[in-house]
Amino acid sequence: MAETMKLQVITPDQEFYNGEASMVELNTADGQLGIYPMHIPLTVAVLPGVLSIHEGSEVKKAALLSGFIQVLPEQVTILAEACEWPEDIDGARANEARIRAERRLSENSAEIDVARAEAALKRALVRLSLAKE
Amino acid sequence: MATMRDIKRRKASIESTEQITKAMKLVATVKLQKSRTRAENSRLYFNKMYRTIQEMLKKSQGIEHKYLKAGDSKKKAVIVITSNRGLAGGYNANIVRLVAGSGISMEDAKIFAVGRKGRDGLSRKGYEITADYSEVINEPLYSDAMQITKELLALFEKNEIGEIYLAYTSFKNTVSQIPKLIKLLPVDAQASEPADDGAEASMQKPDLLLMNYEPDESEVLDAIIPKYMSSLIYGAFLEAVASENGARMTAMDSATNNAEEMISKLSLQYNRARQGSITQELTEIIAGANAIEG
Repeated sequence: MAETMKLQVITPDQEFYNGEASMVELNTADGQLGIYPMHIPLTVAVLPGVLSIHEGSEVKKAALLSGFIQVLPEQVTILAEACEWPEDIDGARANEARIRAERRLSENSAEIDVARAEAALKRALVRLSLAKE
Repeated sequence: MATMRDIKRRKASIESTEQITKAMKLVATVKLQKSRTRAENSRLYFNKMYRTIQEMLKKSQGIEHKYLKAGDSKKKAVIVITSNRGLAGGYNANIVRLVAGSGISMEDAKIFAVGRKGRDGLSRKGYEITADYSEVINEPLYSDAMQITKELLALFEKNEIGEIYLAYTSFKNTVSQIPKLIKLLPVDAQASEPADDGAEASMQKPDLLLMNYEPDESEVLDAIIPKYMSSLIYGAFLEAVASENGARMTAMDSATNNAEEMISKLSLQYNRARQGSITQELTEIIAGANAIEG
């Protein structure tokens, strides 16, 4: 069995990550998913969550906001609409976004787009959880 | 023959025009470099997205999905990407001509304009402008593409539009930009030509593998097709911006050359006129002197 697989994370503006990984963890439409090398081919939609890239004993974390993942036995490709390293996250801004989203949800009026506010809240929470570490 | 003063004035005016076109060319060159890098960076995402969608469609032939067949409505939405400013050669006119000559009849077309020049050009021809996102093209963001996708998909699901097209200028190189009209929805396999496939394609042999979709194909399609559309639109934005600057650079370059040519012609005329007037004065003086002597 191969020890590592190729991991590529691509966002619309750049190639975010390209390298070897021994395991990848992320949050998908079906719940948390961990992928080791030689996984069966799989395509899943990605939900906002923390992306953990294990490379040997080293673990890299990033905020992965939405997109989808294509898994092949030796190659994993994540097409992300946005992906950020913890050091690039603006904690204050994420916190503001969280408060804004929470307010919008608690107003509970018919005019707001609940799904959108929830998605915004989730994104803010993911960013915050990483920024704190 | 024009007098010396006229020629001088004309020359001065062309010189100041040349300064403007020269400056615009420099600005366009710098902007081109920036926008070109952005467009090239986004191509990777776009190509991968395109391949994934095509692989899925190939494998799941016959699947029933709302985004895979045309709506009942005869209306066709066309996203038209042009620039907000002119002086870019045929850049904007080419897109307007492409849409007008595309075979989409005027009554059925709903124009979603991105860029003032295209909006004005098409509305002058009598097209209905449904929405205008002209501000976007100054500084295109991925979230803008997502917003447009969302609005279009809502209309598509309400059956107000049956098909969605995208008209933009694809950037080939600095001197060559190609106006293109592609169909976004319904997605058909091999509808739009793939953007230049790199060596990456040969690396994977997806046909030998059986791909699994979770929870199932149609839900994955639900999630992926909007992203596919956004990525196409975003890619088109970036290509269009690069093309605009490329077209402007070429146009301004030839304008500067023309100005230079005219200036050298006028200089020649001016010198001739000056020589002419000197000769005439001399002739007059000599004639006067001869008359006194005689």
